[in-house]
Amino acid sequence: MQYISAERYGNSYRNAEKKRYRDRSRAELVETVAETVFTFCAFCSVLAVASITLYMVVNGTPAVFRVGLKDILFSSTWKPVAKEPSFGIFYVVLSSIAGTAMAVILGVPVALLTAVFLAEVAPKKLAATVGAAVELLAGIPSVIYGMIGMMVLNPVMYRLEQRIFARTPGHQFTGGANLLSAALVLAVMIMPTVISISETAIRAVPAHLRASSYALGASRVQTIFRVVLPAAKPGIATAVVLGVGRALGEAMAVSLVSGGSVNVPLPFRSVRFLTTALVSEMGYAGGLHRQVLFTVGLVLFVFIMLINLSLNRILKERERQDD
Amino acid sequence: MIRKLADSFILGMIYGAAFFSVMLLVGIIGYVFVKGFPFVHWTFLTTVTSILRGSTGIAGNLVNTFYVAVLTLVFAVPVGVGAAVWMNEYAGGGWGVRLIEFTTQTLAGMPSVIFGLFGMVFFGGTLGLGYSVLTGSLTLAVMVLPLITHNAREALRAVPDSYRIGAAGMGATKWYMIRTILLPAAMPGIVTGIILAVGRIVGESAALLLTAGSGYLLPQSGRGLLHKVLESGGTLTVQMYLSMSKARYGEAFGIGVVLLCLVLAINLCVRLIAAYTKRIF
Repeated sequence: MQYISAERYGNSYRNAEKKRYRDRSRAELVETVAETVFTFCAFCSVLAVASITLYMVVNGTPAVFRVGLKDILFSSTWKPVAKEPSFGIFYVVLSSIAGTAMAVILGVPVALLTAVFLAEVAPKKLAATVGAAVELLAGIPSVIYGMIGMMVLNPVMYRLEQRIFARTPGHQFTGGANLLSAALVLAVMIMPTVISISETAIRAVPAHLRASSYALGASRVQTIFRVVLPAAKPGIATAVVLGVGRALGEAMAVSLVSGGSVNVPLPFRSVRFLTTALVSEMGYAGGLHRQVLFTVGLVLFVFIMLINLSLNRILKERERQDD
Repeated sequence: MIRKLADSFILGMIYGAAFFSVMLLVGIIGYVFVKGFPFVHWTFLTTVTSILRGSTGIAGNLVNTFYVAVLTLVFAVPVGVGAAVWMNEYAGGGWGVRLIEFTTQTLAGMPSVIFGLFGMVFFGGTLGLGYSVLTGSLTLAVMVLPLITHNAREALRAVPDSYRIGAAGMGATKWYMIRTILLPAAMPGIVTGIILAVGRIVGESAALLLTAGSGYLLPQSGRGLLHKVLESGGTLTVQMYLSMSKARYGEAFGIGVVLLCLVLAINLCVRLIAAYTKRIF
């Protein structure tokens, strides 16, 4: 048997203690580093939103001062490359609003009915199939929607236009690339968003509401439209607001089907939206024209931020109601 | 009697709407495949458009799409997953989480043109990267960040608390627990987020048109492979948009077929993972 002297024992104990201390401080260091890195990652999105806002404002405002707020926002002549250029984007803003409104009016009812079908009417298997189709619809790239619109919808529109305006001599024919085509394409593009979010909202309506309605002798259709849909209203509102945001921000598809001249937004007029002005002119614009395009971007950004804020409001309201 | 009639009329409309949605999908896919299939052949997929030979090809755009997707994920996945971990494991609610939730939601609702403009002036201008694959990827990384954060967070939330308690009870440190238990358990959700992000990247066009430009040449071998990152490169969708604007419809339909195949494959992957996750939990 070997005896360890008290001194040596003390030494080894001290060494072990030291090692443990070192390990622990290294572990603590790793922990701190991990937490710092995770915190940094988390605030990246804040950083992104802050810098996007900053860059949009910084790049979008100079033109406002150089041209004048009134001459940009409320003038309707858009001649950016003329000898005496004029940068009125009034019709562009108006077209964006009109196109979005039409898309919502056309798309939301169909989307809502489909959501009702998925959540209330369809047997489970059929609902799964239709739901899968809707999910796929959401994944189709916007250029493909634009292409279909251009190849299928525009010729149909042109024929319609020829028939309607056959006796109107002053009408400028658009070949089918007009506001109505753009609105139809947008309506289809917002459908998947509206369907999936309102479906979730409808499914979340508690079963006892339906049961009470049936117990009162209401039919299935009455229950859906008088009880379930009103109860799901905040969720449906969220869906519609998100749809508005998507329609307002869509660029590529509508730039292919909307014609692209700046016009009063009437159904059979070729129009230019905020987004299409950006994608089609950014490539060649320079000088003041380019700065004005950034103002166009800023206007779009302000619209989207307003939509986001109202969305946040709706969500908060919902949370309060749930509590 | 009238009520019954009205009821069945409305029910008919509900069925009609659902039928319309399905027909829309079938119509779009069918139309693109029928119109585009004749254009998809070996030369189209493996060569670059050449005026000398008079042939069209999308090999360069395929490579660009691959570059952009990989680079975007390299930037976005660590940050997105990290943000989810912080929100779920470190921050115990409070203003920080609320602020990040708001900004994530804002990013998710931002149109891609705005990302394009921002990427063009910030990554392209301020950081001096110009029109390049790198500029495009950084821009898209900001764009898909909410998607990855959201999915990772949902997955982390679904990990039962008993896992955390068990790990802590055995003396695991927090980072060790996250690394060895939480992230592996949340992996299916994280992968779903990544695949959905790939879907958005593949389908994106407006943001890339403004940031990554429209180059369609294949990268040179060797160092050219790396250098490609700093060159302009149009992805499939951008090329498709340009072909449409130049009225080269055959090429556009061909690309459409390739894009739809990618989208279908991505959708299938997400479904498989969802089925797998369901079986486990």
